[in-house]
Amino acid sequence: MMGRGRLAAWGIGLAALVALPFVYRDPYHLHIMVLILIWSFAYTSWSMMGRFGLVSLGHGGFMGIGAYVTALLWNHLGWSPWIGIPVSMAAAGALALIVGYPCFRFRITGHYFVLVTLALSGIVLQVITATRDYTGGSLGYTPNRAAGNKLWSLQFDDKITWYLIALGVWLFGIVLWHWVDRSMARYALEAISEDEDAAAAAGVDVTAEKLKITLLSALMTALAGALYCQYQMFITPDTVSGIAVSLQMVFAAIVGGLFVSLGPTFGAIITIMLAETLRIGFGTKAVGWDNLVYGVLLVLFIIFLPKGILGSLLDRLKPQRKVPRAHEQEAVQIARPGT
Amino acid sequence: MQAFLDIFDIYLLEAVINGILLGGVLALLALGLNLIFGVIDVTWICYAELVMIGMYAMYFLVQYYGISYFLAAPLTILLVALLGAALHYLVIAPLLTAPPINQLLATGGVLFVLQSFATVAFGIDFRNLGIRLPVLAFGDMNFSYARLLSFLAALVGMVAVYLFMTRTFTGTAIRAISQDRQIMALMGVDTKRIYLITSAIGGGLAGLAACLLVLQYDVHPFVGLSFGPITFLICVLGGLGNFIGGFIAAFVFAEIISLGGLFSDLEWGYVLAFAFFIVMMFVRPAGLLARRR
Repeated sequence: MMGRGRLAAWGIGLAALVALPFVYRDPYHLHIMVLILIWSFAYTSWSMMGRFGLVSLGHGGFMGIGAYVTALLWNHLGWSPWIGIPVSMAAAGALALIVGYPCFRFRITGHYFVLVTLALSGIVLQVITATRDYTGGSLGYTPNRAAGNKLWSLQFDDKITWYLIALGVWLFGIVLWHWVDRSMARYALEAISEDEDAAAAAGVDVTAEKLKITLLSALMTALAGALYCQYQMFITPDTVSGIAVSLQMVFAAIVGGLFVSLGPTFGAIITIMLAETLRIGFGTKAVGWDNLVYGVLLVLFIIFLPKGILGSLLDRLKPQRKVPRAHEQEAVQIARPGT
Repeated sequence: MQAFLDIFDIYLLEAVINGILLGGVLALLALGLNLIFGVIDVTWICYAELVMIGMYAMYFLVQYYGISYFLAAPLTILLVALLGAALHYLVIAPLLTAPPINQLLATGGVLFVLQSFATVAFGIDFRNLGIRLPVLAFGDMNFSYARLLSFLAALVGMVAVYLFMTRTFTGTAIRAISQDRQIMALMGVDTKRIYLITSAIGGGLAGLAACLLVLQYDVHPFVGLSFGPITFLICVLGGLGNFIGGFIAAFVFAEIISLGGLFSDLEWGYVLAFAFFIVMMFVRPAGLLARRR
C-alpha cells in the first residue's frame, strides 16, 4: 500500500510540476522538459514488458507506426489526430497481437524473442523507407500545418500547452504502471518470468497474460510516437523507428531502473540531459559523443549496477525491503557477487 | 512475347546467381556469430559493428598507408580478432553467469560504443577503397568480380574453420565445450582460454568478412546496421549455434533479397526477407534443421 506520506509527496511534486510553466517560461528549458516527458512515457511503456523479462527490441516499430500513421492520415486523408492517434494505436496493437500470439503460443523466449522483435522493428523501418512516395523515406516527413482550429489538428504553438499535455500523458503512464503493479496480472507475469511451465501448471494462462501486457505496452508506445510527431512536427525513420530507437529505450530503462515506477523517467532525464549538455558544450563536434557515453554507461551499468541508478538508490535507502523476486536476486548477485 | 520471356529469364538467372554470391558472405558472417553462440552461449549484437571497424581498418591501411590489399587483409583480420578477444575479456567474461538478456544488452551497449567511436573518429562521410574491379560479362549477364572473389574467399574461410575445428586439438576442445560446458572444465580443459580463442576466431571471421565487403560497399559508421540484423536473422533461422543450418539459411535469405530486389526496390527485398523470417519462426521455432523431439 502507498503510505500517506508518499501520497502527499506525489501530490506536492505534481502540483509543483503543473505550476512550473506558469512561473518559469524559458522556452528552451520547457522544450527539454516536454521531450523528457514524452520519452519518459515511451520508456515507461517499454519497461511495462521489460520488467517481466520480456525484452523487446520491436518497440521502435510500434513507435514508428504511431508517428507515421497519425501523420499520414492527417496529410493524405485529412483525418484529425484525434481520430488518427486511436487508429495508429490500433494498428500498433494489431501488429503486436499478430507477432505476439505465435511467439507466446510457441514459447519463443529469451534470445529468440529478442531477435524476432528485432526483425519486427527492422520491417517497420524498411517499409517506411521503401514507401518513400508517401512517407518521404529517410528524408523525413512533416505533417501539414493546420489553417483552422488548433485543437482539431492538435498543433499548438506555445510550449506551455504541450508541456501540460505531455505531463498529463506521462502521469497517465505512471498510473498505468502502478495499476499493473498492484494487479493480479503482475503476480502471474512474475511467475511466468521465473518458470513458465510451473506458472502454467499453477493455472496461469501464460499466452493470455503475456499478450495482455504486450498489447498494453504497444498501445502506449504508439501513443508516445504520435505525440512526439505532433510536438516536433517532423519525423524521420531513424528518430522514431528502427533498432537504434529500440536500444535507446532499453538503455534508458535499464540506467534509470527497470523495477521502480520512476526508473524509466529517471533514465530519460539522464540521457536527454547528457545529450543536450554535450550538444551545447561541444556544438557540432559532439556528434556521436553522446552515443559513445551512452554505450559505455550501458555496458558498465549491466555489469555493475543492473538494477539501475534509482533502483539501487531506493535499495540503499530501504535495506529491510521485502525479499527480492528471483530474477532480481540474480541481478543483485551480479552487482554484489557472493551475497 | 518470346523476346520478353528471354530477357526476363536472363535477369532472373542473373539475380539468382547474384543471390548465391551474396549468400557466401552472409554465410561467413553467420558462421562467426554461430561459433560464438554455440560455444560461449552469447549473442554478439555488435557483430556487424566489428565488421564495420574492420572495413575502416582496410580503408586506412590501403588508402593512407598505401599497403597493398593482400597485405592489409591479414593485418585487418588480426586486428578484428584481437578486438573480438578484447570484447570477450572486457564485457562478456564478467557477465558469464548473468542472465542471457543482460549479456545481449551489454553487447548492445558495445554496438553504440563502436558506432559512435567511428562517428567521432572518422566522421560520417562515405568512404571507399577506390579499387574498382572489372565486371565479368557472361553471355548477357553481368557479375561483379568483387562478388565472385568474396564468394570464393568466404568459401575458403569456412573450409579453413571447418578443418581447424575437426583436425586440431583446440578445435576438438571447442566442439566439446559447445556440447557440455561443465564437464569439459572437469576434463582438464581451460574453458577461459578456449572462450578467448573462440572469440578471437569469431572476430577473425568478422575481419575476413570486412576485407570482402569493403570491395563492394562504401564504409560509413552505420554500415553495420545494413547487414547486422540480416545476420542475426540468418543465425536464428538456421538455429542458433547450428553451423549447417546457418549456412543454408544464408543462401535462402540471399536469394529472397536478390529476387525481391529484382521485382521491386531493394528495400522490399529486405521487407520480404524479414517477413519470411517471422513466418518461419512460427513454422520452425527452433530453426530450419531442428531435430523434432
